[in-house]
Amino acid sequence: MTTTVYIPRDSGALALGADRIAKAIEKEIAARGLDARIVRNGSRGLYWLEPMVEVETLNGRMAYGPVKPADVASLLDAGLLEGGTHRLSLGPTEEIPFFARQTRLTFARCGIIDPVSLDDYRAHGGLKGLENALKLQPAQIVAQVTESGLRGRGGAGFPTGIKWKTVLDTDNPRKYIVCNADEGDSGTFADRMIMEGDPFVLIEGMIIAGIATGATKGYIYLRSEYPHAIATMNEAIAVARKAGVIGESVLDSAYAFDLEVRVGAGAYVCGEETALLESLEGRRGIVRAKPPLPAHKGLFGKPTVINNVISLASVPIIMDQGAAFYRDFGMGRSRGTIPIQIAGNVRHGGLFETAFGLTLGELVDEIGGGTATGRPVKAVQVGGPLGAYFPRELFDTPFDYEAFAAKDGLIGHAGIVVFDDSVDMLKQARFAMEFCAVESCGKCTPCRIGSTRGVELADRIAANIEPEKQIAVLTDLCNTMKFGSLCALGGFTPYPVMSALTHFPEDFRPVPVREAAE
Amino acid sequence: MEMQTAGTNKRADIAARAIEIIDQNKSAEGPLLPILHGLQEEFGYVPPETLPLVANALNLSRAEVHGVFTFYHDYRSHPAGRHVLRICRAEACQSMGGDALAERAVELLGIDWSETSADGAVTLEPVYCLGLCACAPAAMLDGEMIGRLDDEQLQEIATEVRL
Ligand SMILES: Cc1cc2nc3c(=O)[nH]c(=O)nc-3n(C[C@H](O)[C@H](O)[C@H](O)COP(=O)(O)O)c2cc1C
Ligand code: SF4
Ligand code: FES
Ligand code: FES
Repeated sequence: MTTTVYIPRDSGALALGADRIAKAIEKEIAARGLDARIVRNGSRGLYWLEPMVEVETLNGRMAYGPVKPADVASLLDAGLLEGGTHRLSLGPTEEIPFFARQTRLTFARCGIIDPVSLDDYRAHGGLKGLENALKLQPAQIVAQVTESGLRGRGGAGFPTGIKWKTVLDTDNPRKYIVCNADEGDSGTFADRMIMEGDPFVLIEGMIIAGIATGATKGYIYLRSEYPHAIATMNEAIAVARKAGVIGESVLDSAYAFDLEVRVGAGAYVCGEETALLESLEGRRGIVRAKPPLPAHKGLFGKPTVINNVISLASVPIIMDQGAAFYRDFGMGRSRGTIPIQIAGNVRHGGLFETAFGLTLGELVDEIGGGTATGRPVKAVQVGGPLGAYFPRELFDTPFDYEAFAAKDGLIGHAGIVVFDDSVDMLKQARFAMEFCAVESCGKCTPCRIGSTRGVELADRIAANIEPEKQIAVLTDLCNTMKFGSLCALGGFTPYPVMSALTHFPEDFRPVPVREAAE
Repeated sequence: MEMQTAGTNKRADIAARAIEIIDQNKSAEGPLLPILHGLQEEFGYVPPETLPLVANALNLSRAEVHGVFTFYHDYRSHPAGRHVLRICRAEACQSMGGDALAERAVELLGIDWSETSADGAVTLEPVYCLGLCACAPAAMLDGEMIGRLDDEQLQEIATEVRL
């Protein structure tokens, strides 16, 4: 019997040498005349163990990692193909604690299947949600999504079902589904992982959105920084088209739906939904004033659903298992699961999908295992460059939209970036302002000019020029930006700045005092 | 004289190839970004003389096309070096010593950000997140992803790109 060996093709695994491992294993298999095949899967999301090699055995999949090219011969000597024991043995993959503690709904297949094999996708429950949806009326699909409690995973947490209903209720022969795959937030990679590891689930989610709202054309706006995700998505779309999953007739139904990837061009603000639409239309990524909502006048002026990758990729499981199944996970008004991305200076970095409600402390200390450097954790930034820095004192905050808002923070796209005690929070505040200045679309003054002023103020604090006065001006400026900006780039940049100032005031104190304190 | 003919031919070649790329894309919905991407992929930058051709084909003003071209960080107005090294400058990479490593790259390559070395060997560009934040610091060399970049690897890259 042919044994299957899995070596990820995920960008993170590739960045750590997965291609070299695949070549080395292939060579050893051939040289030893073994009966084995290699599948290039997505990542399981345990990045400190990548490249992680898995082998299918009678006792399930066994994992090894992190594998270096020099380990390959000894792995085969140890009987890799039979799941033999080796220094790098991790045991059955699903029993690795980081994995075993998760609830994988959206990421159920990621890292398990061959990402571009539709047969694999079907064999692991794929397309069941779509098949169920095809038996329902559009309004019934929308009702299911609403009942599931799914909220947008792109950052704002807006109920997905309500957005879809607005588009369904418009009367227009041309409507669009736009997938926001711009994933610009530092510390996030869930969209990338699912597009590289299970692209069909996103395709399926977009088809369901199309059927539910009466749209027949979809675009995935995918950032150029993700070349592997672009290639995998395009490959999967071609497979889906050939198999009749998309095209003139979706799975032989009366519905048509087609899909295209559009590549971004390196502008963070194009993740903002209206700037994204401008960009898709071929213009500068300038934010549009709302109303009109994209649901009424979106892409090319037509009613448009615009959703994040994870929002759309969570729809198939809802349509497969039912709204109640999904809604039963989570807490408060945050229902279902959320793929949390644990990143930065952390021992066990990776993707952790779980029901809402774990505390920040559990995520950082228990699951993440503390810092990679072994030094104390000083701060964690949650929700990307527009998210707040949390100190240890707030580690009891549960992962929940409202709980984070109550602490002057946000979940955003659920990325957590861990910093050890060597971080200078004044420098981080300066970076937040600088990033805003670089990426501002330029439409409004508080964001465009304010961010540059913010950088200057931070520099003056660092240079100890009347620091108390600068801090007062900075606070004032943050207020102006928060309330006077059109979109969340200018509006939320105050979160990282003010949280740094509020929770780590010692880093903003005059330099001599800082030195004296040490 | 010969040089001049070669130059004229090269310009004609660029124009001919640009028109092909424009024609391939112009019937798409919102064709401008795909065209600019196509041009950059073909030439390694977007030759300024192709912008009027794009404007013409899409019925846009030159100012509009120029405005779009300059808005996006990805598009270059000059040829890049033989190698392009992009280093992530965003927060997760900062938390793992990315700033020091980025400064080191500037020092090792002897160029500043968004510059190309005089010998045409390498262009150094900042990038804000490559989605490799759980294996930071991250970089991309000629489209190849690199995770857990360290000083040693950076030195190897600095040597390699000059070979
Ligand atoms: C500056 C800025 C950048 C954003 N970047 C992204 C992004 O990369 N991906 C994303 O899904 N949403 C992003 N958003 C949020 C989108 O505007 C929008 O809320 C989202 O696409 C809606 O989809 P959802 O309801 O499924 O979350 C960004 C917002 C702002 C203000
Ligand atoms: S806040 Fe900034 S990015 Fe947002 S619309 Fe205003 S200028 Fe543009
Ligand atoms: S919204 Fe642009 S300045 Fe007020
Ligand atoms: S912050 Fe550097 S790869 Fe994401």
